[in-house]
Amino acid sequence: MADATTVTPGRAHARPGAAPTPPRRRFVPSYARRDQLTGYLFVAPQVLGITLFVLLPLGLIVWYSFHEWNVLAGTFRWVGLENFEKLVTDPKLAPVMQATAVFSIGLVVFNLALALLLAVLLNRKVRGMTFFRTVFFSPVVVSLVAWTIVWSFLLQDNGGINGILQLVGIDGPNWLREGPTAMASVIVVQVFKNVGLNMVLFLAALQGVPQEVQEAARMDGASDRQLFWRITVPLISPTILLTSIITIVGSLQVFAQIAVLTQGGPGISTTVLVYYLVQQAFDFHHFGYGSTLAILLFGIVLVLTIAQWQLRKRWVFYEN
Amino acid sequence: MAVTVPPETSADARAGRPVGRRRPVGSPWRKVLFYGALSVLAVPFVFPTWWMFTSSLKPISEIFAFPPELWPSNPTLEGYVGAFTEQPFALQYWNSMYIAVLVTLGTMLFSSMAGYAFARIRFPGQDLLFLVVLTGLLIPSEVTIVPLFQLFNSWGMIDTHWPLILVTTFGAPSVLATFIMRQYFITLPVELEEAGRIDGLGRWRIYWSIALPLSRSALAAVAIFTFLNVWNLYLEPTVYLQTPELFTLPQALTRYTDAYGGEMWNIQLAAATLTALPVLIVFVFAQKQFVEGLAQTGLKG
Repeated sequence: MADATTVTPGRAHARPGAAPTPPRRRFVPSYARRDQLTGYLFVAPQVLGITLFVLLPLGLIVWYSFHEWNVLAGTFRWVGLENFEKLVTDPKLAPVMQATAVFSIGLVVFNLALALLLAVLLNRKVRGMTFFRTVFFSPVVVSLVAWTIVWSFLLQDNGGINGILQLVGIDGPNWLREGPTAMASVIVVQVFKNVGLNMVLFLAALQGVPQEVQEAARMDGASDRQLFWRITVPLISPTILLTSIITIVGSLQVFAQIAVLTQGGPGISTTVLVYYLVQQAFDFHHFGYGSTLAILLFGIVLVLTIAQWQLRKRWVFYEN
Repeated sequence: MAVTVPPETSADARAGRPVGRRRPVGSPWRKVLFYGALSVLAVPFVFPTWWMFTSSLKPISEIFAFPPELWPSNPTLEGYVGAFTEQPFALQYWNSMYIAVLVTLGTMLFSSMAGYAFARIRFPGQDLLFLVVLTGLLIPSEVTIVPLFQLFNSWGMIDTHWPLILVTTFGAPSVLATFIMRQYFITLPVELEEAGRIDGLGRWRIYWSIALPLSRSALAAVAIFTFLNVWNLYLEPTVYLQTPELFTLPQALTRYTDAYGGEMWNIQLAAATLTALPVLIVFVFAQKQFVEGLAQTGLKG
């Protein structure tokens, strides 16, 4: 795109009395100038949208975070770094960050492992693979809240899961009302909802593994297990990186599942950062502190994205 | 997963059959094991949807019956009637539908225009503007929800559909679409456009009548994920909307409670079924496009 700068927009037209244009500009075809204008017009809606709905709000949360702003009481006053001090001393912050970390790590590990297992199982030339692919993918298209509502119904104390467990003589826990099972339930529900996406990406990657490499490894007497860990996994590592970034960043945004399944409870055991942010801003009406939490969330996303980008050179074996 | 037997592949090769990328499963015994494992794994993926549908047909007294029934013994449409009488459900359905369609069409148009310009037209400041647009990929919408609420509040747009439509069409959610379209337009041969230019077509015509029709598969992927994304929005409508007549479906689904705040399960499950059904039906018929389209985009968790 470097040559774009050599083509200066129609200045000669804009200023009739200006100094004569240098000769080389005379050869700029008129369509190139019209082209530039078209280019600006084409990108204008999106650029304006991002400026108005992303960049401006981003500046505003910084501004808000220096204020104590209680919408209900109608107060809006400059408090300097008070919100950030509140953040550091907030007794809830540690458990919230812990819940966020547990949720994200659990989700990524379980999601990627299951997605890879499903993809390896489905990567075969036998009948019925399309059917099973459809089955594993189908929750992705089921409306998120509908899916979560069914699970909250199934996971109740007297719900379907415990009903089935009772058939085999197990007295199941009240899944969503007890600390450890509540977090595990939220993770599991979310994994089954979205694992189909990662599965599809892994399937596409597996089909890109060159047949000759596998054959060669087999000739050398590699077992299935060796073939998988030494050949397949390194070759699909770019996809593993991609899916892990998507899944981690996505896990930091999970809100509806928490809101419908546990409302952050029991206690605050499933209150992840996004849920806490929304709670502070819209339930407790602390917009200033909510903005401070938003800055924290943004910081985490930024650090994770940059870190993974840097790390990719180390643990991605092959990239085109 | 030692389910495959290596000699099978070479047997294929010896018999002159093409050696496929995917390895076949071996003996019949292994086949049973293989399909058995797949079927067991499929249960948590299918069961909730099945349970949602069958329970929506049960009278409230049967919903918590023990042992649980896989098919209602006295099917009733009570829940479905309730869904429409407890809330303005038809209206909420319409809200979700028209917003999703409008945003999908808008995103297809504006993102393909921006993607085309970033891929094919050269103009000063292009790289900077592209960088500006890409920031939308980095920032989760939850980060900006507080200031966005304030902005729309100051414009008198709270409790209207405007925030939902404007932010999703022009804001962060549309950036991925622009990126996908740009990547796709880059791969189109320039010669096709040059032919158009020789015929005297302007940029708009080249984009609209040449480039756009050639990018149908990318547009389809953009359409699918945009529609799903908007159809599923939950946080945004709960923040922006207060009047039940303006609610969208995900938001409405959680509001089927009795006077004591208890869930009316049969009604809730009937409404959930009605919400999931249209997309599921389309998916069953067009699953290849869905799966490949989303694999192509490779993003959006």
